[in-house]
Amino acid sequence: MLLIDCPHCGPRDENEYHYGGQAGIPYPLGETTDEEWAAFVFLRDNPKGWFRERWFHAHGCRTWFDVERHTVTHEVRKAR
Amino acid sequence: MRFTFDGRPMEGEPGDTLAAALLRGGVRIVGRSVELGRPRGVFTAGPEEPNALVRVGADPMLAATTVELYDGLEAWSLRGKGRVDVSAASDAGDGRRCDKGYLHCDVLVVGGGPAGLAAATAAGMAGARVILMDDQPRLGGDLLNSRTLLDGRPATDWVDALDLPGRVLTRTTAIGYYDHNYVVAVERRARGERLWHVRARRVVLATGAHERSLAFPGNDRPGVMLASAARAYANRYGVAPWRRAVVFACTDSGHEAARDLVAAGVEIAEIVDPRVDGQVVTGTTGDAEGVLNGVQVGARHLEADLLAVAGGWNPAVHLFSQSQGRVRFDEDLQAFVPGTSAQAERSAGACAGRYGTREAIADGYAAGTEAAEATRSRTGAAGDGAAGTGVAGTGAASSDPADREVADPGAVQPRAAEPGAGGLRVPECDERPLGRPAALWVVEGSSDEPAFADLHRDVTVADLARATGAGMRSVEHVKRYTTAGTGADQGKTSGAVVVGVMSALLGAAPGQVGTTTFRPPYTPVSFATLAGRDRGELSDPVRTTAMHDAHVARGAVFEDVGQWKRPWYFPQDGEPMEAAVRRECHAARTAVAAMDASTLGKIDIRGADAGAFLDLIYTNLYSTLAVGACRYGLMCGADGMVFDDGTTTRLAEDHYLMTTTTGNAAAVLDWLEEWHQTEWPGMDVSFTSVTDHWATVAVAGPHARRVIAAVAPEAVELPFMRYAATDVLGVPGRVFRISFSGELAYEVNVPWAYGRALWEAVLAAGAVPYGTETMHVLRAEKGFAIVGQETDGTVTPQDLGMAWIVSRRKPEFVGRRSHLRPDTAREDRKRLIGLLPDDPGARLEEGAQLVAAGRPTEGPAEDRVEGPAGDRVEGPAEGGVEGPVEGPVPMLGHVTSAYHSAALGRTFGLALARGVGPGDRLTAVSGGVTQPVTVVEPVFYDPDNARRDGEPLPDDGGPAAGGRSLGHFSEEARGRQSDGRPARVREARAESPAAGFAARFEAVSGPALSVREVPFEPMWEVRGQDPGVGLRLGPSWWLVSGDIVPRDGWVDVSGQRTILELTGPQAEDVLITGCPIDLETLPGHAQTLLGKTSVVLERRGPGDYRVYVRSSFTRYLAQWLLDAISAL
Repeated sequence: MLLIDCPHCGPRDENEYHYGGQAGIPYPLGETTDEEWAAFVFLRDNPKGWFRERWFHAHGCRTWFDVERHTVTHEVRKAR
Repeated sequence: MRFTFDGRPMEGEPGDTLAAALLRGGVRIVGRSVELGRPRGVFTAGPEEPNALVRVGADPMLAATTVELYDGLEAWSLRGKGRVDVSAASDAGDGRRCDKGYLHCDVLVVGGGPAGLAAATAAGMAGARVILMDDQPRLGGDLLNSRTLLDGRPATDWVDALDLPGRVLTRTTAIGYYDHNYVVAVERRARGERLWHVRARRVVLATGAHERSLAFPGNDRPGVMLASAARAYANRYGVAPWRRAVVFACTDSGHEAARDLVAAGVEIAEIVDPRVDGQVVTGTTGDAEGVLNGVQVGARHLEADLLAVAGGWNPAVHLFSQSQGRVRFDEDLQAFVPGTSAQAERSAGACAGRYGTREAIADGYAAGTEAAEATRSRTGAAGDGAAGTGVAGTGAASSDPADREVADPGAVQPRAAEPGAGGLRVPECDERPLGRPAALWVVEGSSDEPAFADLHRDVTVADLARATGAGMRSVEHVKRYTTAGTGADQGKTSGAVVVGVMSALLGAAPGQVGTTTFRPPYTPVSFATLAGRDRGELSDPVRTTAMHDAHVARGAVFEDVGQWKRPWYFPQDGEPMEAAVRRECHAARTAVAAMDASTLGKIDIRGADAGAFLDLIYTNLYSTLAVGACRYGLMCGADGMVFDDGTTTRLAEDHYLMTTTTGNAAAVLDWLEEWHQTEWPGMDVSFTSVTDHWATVAVAGPHARRVIAAVAPEAVELPFMRYAATDVLGVPGRVFRISFSGELAYEVNVPWAYGRALWEAVLAAGAVPYGTETMHVLRAEKGFAIVGQETDGTVTPQDLGMAWIVSRRKPEFVGRRSHLRPDTAREDRKRLIGLLPDDPGARLEEGAQLVAAGRPTEGPAEDRVEGPAGDRVEGPAEGGVEGPVEGPVPMLGHVTSAYHSAALGRTFGLALARGVGPGDRLTAVSGGVTQPVTVVEPVFYDPDNARRDGEPLPDDGGPAAGGRSLGHFSEEARGRQSDGRPARVREARAESPAAGFAARFEAVSGPALSVREVPFEPMWEVRGQDPGVGLRLGPSWWLVSGDIVPRDGWVDVSGQRTILELTGPQAEDVLITGCPIDLETLPGHAQTLLGKTSVVLERRGPGDYRVYVRSSFTRYLAQWLLDAISAL
């Protein structure tokens, strides 16, 4: 059970959150090729190591925020 | 204490384990081995037991070495491969009340032996919040099994004199060590186990060590026992039922056991110590039953009824390894010891390979002090929290004994010796210094008796040799090939032996062979323990509406929709479902009917950019919607697929009310928050769930005006798709003219407290109650798709034939770009169609596959089409029976909905299928049944929407007036009002969500704990500016309650939640069984979980809590609280 630091509520158990996948994938505005659009909709990184990702404190303050999680060790730290 | 074993009456002493009592009673054979059926006896004195597995009551398999004897215990040995006796394991006769609890601490110490006791003491002295847990009924660990003196007195005196801090949990086994220092433990209580979830900033593992055997021929006979176990039975339980013993001492503990056995009156035939003269035990002999009667040492035969084996020690690194720490093989200790830590933990004492008592105590003091200091240095640090427990490498101490002096306890300088260390003194001890163990794992035998590596799984050295001979080199492969280590004991005594034998077979060092993965749980855990109180009606929250009790009273049959209980249909006089639905449908199409629609999600949306935001979320336009108007909308995911639908109404220029599907309400709110917060945070818009605040009744049918005239007269002439804020039964309500059936229909909303009164009033005014099945039939007759029934995440609005709802004017909305993707835009996608079965009485199966009407499946073989897979489609057969072609045929689609229609007088269906149009013939195939169908447009009823406005009110406006007939069914409904009650209710009675629990709350309340509802508390949610009052729920989000005059923009949520109040010294004992956060550090209030529902938890003082719970979850939480109180 991960312990994730909510910027508003402090450290809470993982099951108070919803996972939001990779962070920093902006909604492309303006003209996009089919490939660019498909990449936005369907493609995400899957690194071994530190991964910047989004969490939503669904059962708490309902804030979306980013953290970095190490995909091997599950260490979690503030997103830089 | 009396007990029975296999039906035989026996007696034991208080404090005995079942194993001790069996030995005391002379039981040598406790069972037969799983594969070979060999007789086996008690082998250990702890949870590592591989042999003495028994059934006790409803527990199908327990280690007798861990079962505390009680009067009347009934135990049965296990034969062959175990099987669960379902009748014994069922709830019947199982009076246990299992539970769970959440605990938080600075320092968790696992293990109450010398190291753990020392660590807890030191951590407490340093000011840390400490939890100490140990699996035994008494603290002391191995001190309980020994005759060791501390400061010249029995070691238990030292234990008893300790001033232990914090919470001490005995009979509690830590079974799992998970991410971020989350340790799960099982506490065995007479009334049922408790599963503790502990979040610790630091963990000190003081789990001790397990003695191991080694592989030699005949090492499995009853009478062969670990030396430490023989010593424990003799010293701790006073059980030494042996006459003459041989001790096989590969390590010094064998000599200690020999001394203790002598003291207990057992003759020692010989101590076989390979380190002294190279002698080893080479075999055993047994009597007629196979019980040990002699030990072979080379050519010599020694008569003995006990062979005490001291093969060496395995530090219990299970939890360390589960924490992802890496073990390493220590050549001096001939054992795997903790190496590199992965979490904020440290092993101390024997589990770190530091075996001596003084050494363990000194190590424990150091570990406890270190752990406490580490938490103190972080206390108050900004950003502490996850980092305090989650970060590896940065704070984790090394547990590696190689980092410290090991050999001589005197060399360890305990902090006690240092001034200012808080009086942590290591007591003097009479133990002899420990020498190195023999590096011996396997003995070549002279006999052909098998030499066992894993007693539980009956895995022998020969089995392991076959595995390595077959080319296996990995211990993981050998484990799976031989099943070594997969038994109930999970290889606690065998794991190291298997590695040792493999290293001998492969000629590799044990460190190179390595260990298998240690996985939770450390000891077996029953499903009942894991389930705790989350069973039966509490296994998943049941959400109910304000009208629920009324539905129950009317005999409604319920359907689960998400967590909601919704009336499925309302059978009358025992009528079957089909008849009830036909009657309900008929009422809605010819008179008036009413449904509880409270479960639809309702989201209050406010802000200057609310319209612009909705334009981005919905496929159609909302910014242009007139104030007071409703519009149906679809929303898509970024992939362009339909995500949800519903009607959204503009209440004011900057104020909308969105409705969602029942099942998606929470997901839609999450969705809005996600896009607002992560993509368009600059937009001025906020979202407040009011799903539970409003109770909603849908009134549908040509006579609906008569009902509205009775309950909300000002809304009678509301135009289609318009909204009015109006009095409903004298309370402020909202009426929407929305139809999901094609009939004249209204959705009437009142605050939760009046929901039941509204429902009763609507029915009293002549409406026939209908359930979700009728709602489904009515909407399907009109061809309205249901998200989640007609859609499955692969369906676009265009696929549903709803291109009209996808704006071409808007530059952007979520999903727009995906609708242009080639795959989404292609013409041959599956589309929504209607189906009419040839047989008007046959209802299609939802999910049935649709294939082209093809050739008969029966017939001469030469007539059959043996086409290539997947691409042969036969046209309609001329003459003959229609059916699918033989072999694979293209699946054109599937049936999504199928019903009997009262209005059509026949069955019909909706489906998704590609490449077909009206008039095409298809076959629906399900479960071997084929049904010929014809494709039609997916609108079956009133395609011109002629029925939308219903019938005008009769002249006198009264519901009973009936210038025209109210219809048979509503006459019947009115007939039930014959008690003289007025059909028209003007005054609505308020009912709070927990009103039905008042008596039960009172019954369980007392001085230690009192529980009650605080009903009808006015509440508002406030966004943006700090109102200066109330509870802050999130960034710019407050909950204000009480007798306050609301300000502009506050959202009335008085019905959204209710308040349950817990007061008294036991309040926290209840809350910790379901609330995962640390109540001791609760900053006044928090939004979190309680049981399986979200709550706002407010602490108003010591032992004084208020729980704000969603009204629809109140029934669940009230039952949960009553259950928790009864389990205290």
